[in-house]
Amino acid sequence: MMLLEDKGKELLREYGIEVPRGRRCTDPEELRSADLPLVIKALVPVGGRGKAGGVSKVSTPDEAVREATRILSLEISGYRPQGVLAEEVLPVDREIYLCIVIDRSLGIPVLLAGGVGGMDVESIPPDAMGRWPIHPFLGVGEHVVREASRSLSLRRVEAQFGKMLRGLWDLFTRMDCELVEVNPLVLTTDERLVAADSKVVVNDDSLYRHPEIGSDLPVMDELEAEARGERMSFVRLSGDIGVIANGAGLTMATLDEVASQGGTAGGFLDLGGTDDPRRVRKAFELMARSGARVVLLNIFGGITRCDTVAQGVLEAMDSLVSVPVTVARIRGVNEELARGMLESRGIRAHLDLSSAVSDAVSWRQKA
Amino acid sequence: MIDGRSRVIIQGITGHQGRFHSQAMRAFGTRVVAGVTPGNGGGEVDGVPVYESVRDAVSSHGADASVVFVPAPSAKDSALEALEAGVPLVVIVTEGMPVHDAMTVIQFSRVVGARVVGPNCPGITVPGRAKLGIMPNGIFREGSTAVVSRSGTLTYEVVSSLTEAGIGQSICLGIGGDPVVGTSFVDALRMFEADERTSEIVLIGEIGGTAEEEAAEFIKNRMSKPVVAYIAGRTAPPGRKMGHAGAIISQGRGSAKSKSKALNDAGARVADRPSEIVRLL
Repeated sequence: MMLLEDKGKELLREYGIEVPRGRRCTDPEELRSADLPLVIKALVPVGGRGKAGGVSKVSTPDEAVREATRILSLEISGYRPQGVLAEEVLPVDREIYLCIVIDRSLGIPVLLAGGVGGMDVESIPPDAMGRWPIHPFLGVGEHVVREASRSLSLRRVEAQFGKMLRGLWDLFTRMDCELVEVNPLVLTTDERLVAADSKVVVNDDSLYRHPEIGSDLPVMDELEAEARGERMSFVRLSGDIGVIANGAGLTMATLDEVASQGGTAGGFLDLGGTDDPRRVRKAFELMARSGARVVLLNIFGGITRCDTVAQGVLEAMDSLVSVPVTVARIRGVNEELARGMLESRGIRAHLDLSSAVSDAVSWRQKA
Repeated sequence: MIDGRSRVIIQGITGHQGRFHSQAMRAFGTRVVAGVTPGNGGGEVDGVPVYESVRDAVSSHGADASVVFVPAPSAKDSALEALEAGVPLVVIVTEGMPVHDAMTVIQFSRVVGARVVGPNCPGITVPGRAKLGIMPNGIFREGSTAVVSRSGTLTYEVVSSLTEAGIGQSICLGIGGDPVVGTSFVDALRMFEADERTSEIVLIGEIGGTAEEEAAEFIKNRMSKPVVAYIAGRTAPPGRKMGHAGAIISQGRGSAKSKSKALNDAGARVADRPSEIVRLL
């Protein structure tokens, strides 16, 4: 879960890292009386907002109100800004890239730091970036501070930099982060280190340990949030065939099969390890509301019993006002029973995924 | 890794999942010697003695492996308890374990020289011998094809298609769908390359991370046995988590295309769809 910038900065400040003076606002008129110049930034939980027009520097009250109004009306990667963050403009001497992130192949965090900040991290050449693994049992050692500050030419402010790195590390570990990125970290003309931007991603599986951020999470897609509440995983896609399957890998493989037969998936729904008919019914309800015209159900019942899944499908048929055309592919425990149940209600239940997908794609063309 | 003589303990045996799956493991032939549930020790579950601590279970029965079924908030403590008690193999089935907890457990396993499989994994099955975890009993057949995968049901799907085609398995290892796991594809390939009972390998990857690219590097430089691979998620949009915590294309890295290409360049045969795997073997 990526926190909004103002929340991320509140955490940075709590961990002793200086951030620009600023405030969150949802009414552009509030900015009429603000000190100028200002940077106004869209509060969205995604990167790339600069390119999308979500960041603006203003120097008059009228401009501030106008730009805030414009930014609030944007949609950035599907997100409406939940307000803007208006901040002081820093006297920049240099901009630096800094982050702590979990390195998946090492299985421990790494510190990444480069002398070019403020640009998109993907466009920073890898050799322009220093990389220091940080073992979770050891934390940020003195030598890491020395090496990183030398490579960033920050030796004049090394003590301040070291305090900052340790603050970032404490935040990273205590808040169960996957990523804490400061891009750019600004060295001001009066030699202060200030986090001009913040990107804090808290591990979703750890959110239960941090009720303090629970009330200020970015707004998600409504259907995705509802699925999560039922311990299922839903991702909205752009096509019109809704895919429901059990298990993440199987659901992805089903999407791939749909695409290879010329269809486009409109939703990804991983039921997880459930055969609770109530959840299956909920999955159909979410798919119907997502606008899917055809639902493709792919079940491999290893532990999951296919007949209880089929029971959920029948309950969905009975309780929903409008049910998309459903094509099923059912394999595993009690598959015969399940296929009989579905076919008694006119749902074609295939044994083979490829033929089920071809059926779904041709239904969509008819629908 | 395991066989029919391996002594296995179940952490969380008194829970619904732990109980159900320890019965299934025993039905498969696994030697389940004890269960552990802190605060609930002293009795039996389906004839298996339950202890207060892993140390108690180990001192009474010995243990070659532990399977962890406890809920995510306690999974770290349970796994550390098993590692501290000297259990050499800890399989964490638990889904939704906080990633910093997983890092701590895995790093500690290196300190004590033990192996962790998972978290969020279906476990290990050696057909005809033993099963640790939650894979369905009925889909396997003894043979010489090793299967390693980041997913659960997709693996069952592939294994049953192998079995139906008469292709038996030497071992089936689910490494887990989380971003940080104790046993990687490379670890698995290294074991399979050295395993006399294995003659060929099926690797089932998915989007996110670089584990498949590292596997490709290993295949190119170190493997003599043939590898067939499939990568799920070719059509997944970037930046979205596809069911597994680790299945996400981020910052331009981890796409199915780059993984398939790396594997193909390394000499593995890459299937476009799961049903093609059998034909490529």
